[in-house]
Amino acid sequence: MTGTLAALGAGLAVIGAGIGLGQIGGKAVEAIARQPEASGDIRGAMILMAAFMEGAALIAILLAFFIK
Amino acid sequence: MLRILAIVAILMAFSPSLTSQADKNGLKKAKEQTHQGHDHSGHNHGHDHSGHNHDHSGHNHDDHKGHDHGHKHDDHAGHNHGAHNGDHGHGDHGHHPHYHVTDYNKDCGVAVKIDNPEPSYDPTATAIHHISDANVWTIMDMVRVPLPAIIYNKDRGMEFFSTGKFQAGHHDNGHYGYKDYVLFEGNIHRITCPAFDAKDKYEVQGFDKEEMVSAAGKNYEKKFAIINNKAYNIEQKTIWDGGMLGGTPSSFIDLSPTKNVVSMGLVSLILFLLFRKAVKKYQGAPNAPSGVQSFLEPMFQFIRDDVAVPFLGDKHEKFLPLLMTIFFFILGLNLWGQVPFLGNVNVTGSLTVTAVMAIVVFILTNINGNGDYWKHILWPPDTPWFVKIILIPVELLGMFIKPLTLMLRLAGNISAGHIAILSFVGLIFIFGKAGTNMAGSLTGTALAIPLTMFMMAIELIVAFVQAFVFTILTASYLGAATEEHHHDDHH
Repeated sequence: MTGTLAALGAGLAVIGAGIGLGQIGGKAVEAIARQPEASGDIRGAMILMAAFMEGAALIAILLAFFIK
Repeated sequence: MLRILAIVAILMAFSPSLTSQADKNGLKKAKEQTHQGHDHSGHNHGHDHSGHNHDHSGHNHDDHKGHDHGHKHDDHAGHNHGAHNGDHGHGDHGHHPHYHVTDYNKDCGVAVKIDNPEPSYDPTATAIHHISDANVWTIMDMVRVPLPAIIYNKDRGMEFFSTGKFQAGHHDNGHYGYKDYVLFEGNIHRITCPAFDAKDKYEVQGFDKEEMVSAAGKNYEKKFAIINNKAYNIEQKTIWDGGMLGGTPSSFIDLSPTKNVVSMGLVSLILFLLFRKAVKKYQGAPNAPSGVQSFLEPMFQFIRDDVAVPFLGDKHEKFLPLLMTIFFFILGLNLWGQVPFLGNVNVTGSLTVTAVMAIVVFILTNINGNGDYWKHILWPPDTPWFVKIILIPVELLGMFIKPLTLMLRLAGNISAGHIAILSFVGLIFIFGKAGTNMAGSLTGTALAIPLTMFMMAIELIVAFVQAFVFTILTASYLGAATEEHHHDDHH
């Protein structure tokens, strides 16, 4: 049953990542709508933040894979 | 730029697959009985079984006599091989005998039993096998390009030979052994039994492996090569991960240029030729960009103006070659792994490759770090002592966590994409009951084609985004390390 628990952990990590991505994407679109001239900077920051968040999620998923 | 590229490529060449084998062991959960089908003389399997000199003496073939081999193979030949990248779950699975070691607790020369199980398909093991590095380059289970093997072992020193000697077949398992080396799932393994009579060429009937629990309660995998109806223990190459991912120091070190290493060389060469072509355009009279130049110039400008300059400011000139090398090297390899039917090369999804790149970034960040950078790590200014106690370990850990996430993010993203595509292709075999059910296979194919195309379109975006993210994070780490701080003493 350890495999099942690991899969559960991976799933939980993805829920967290999903919430994070939603926040980042939503706020970035909002910011671009408010200030379209700053869209370039906002997009760069958005991708960077998404990468940070995704890194945490991926570490959780990889740990779920490796720790049996 | 190319000089750094060459150095990175050489560094990677010397660490061919330190961890890729370990990924395989670590990720694999299901026990898979492996098998080979070299004892079906007279069949046309559609792959490289021809030209083998099959020695049938001593084999038990009675249970094959009733099969109508020719008919079944005509049905499936072409269909299974031509439609997709996967080489698993063939209709001819049922004809491949499985070899089982009778007693897994015994070593060296244990008797084996043979059976012909129902065709089965294990999506996890298949996916892991396909994203792993290998000593042969398999294109659609038909063409197998042998690669050079460079092996060091304590008894005989350096050895050079071609992996063509193994005559790899289905599952990238070698049909023949060379000295005490055999090819198992695309990787060179060594027979560890002292009593084994190592010849220059001998037939390997098949392989078997079993999950075992050691006396210390640790899980490990026991692998066997079946030779002359006897099982001989085999071990993988040395993997210096301290047993964390299943790798241990073993009796030999594999320095071979594997599939991944050859890919890196080829991509570096392609990049060199493309950039040389583009650079030549700038040497002539100024003109509107054309050809490959108009593909490379926007990306170059984007990295310079949106990545290097904002993060590094005045110092961007110094680090621009590094950032460009990282970006185009990763992008090239990501796209190379995306080319369908090219053998599922998963270079940037290999932890070894990304680890070397992350180590390069780690070293460069720290040797370029100025006094302020080190001061902020070792003795954070403007903080009370009790905060320092917490902050210093956190900062020290952060030094190592940054390259670690860099390594995991790229490998994880690219591997995840490959696994997703392989899973969709695997639908064909899940619906088709490992190739025995034609209607199911067709349903699976109808589902798999649009899903795979959708996934590949997403992966195309991911290829660019991950190259960009790796570059921008490198730039931000370098920027943080070289930034001049102006502390105001009054606050």
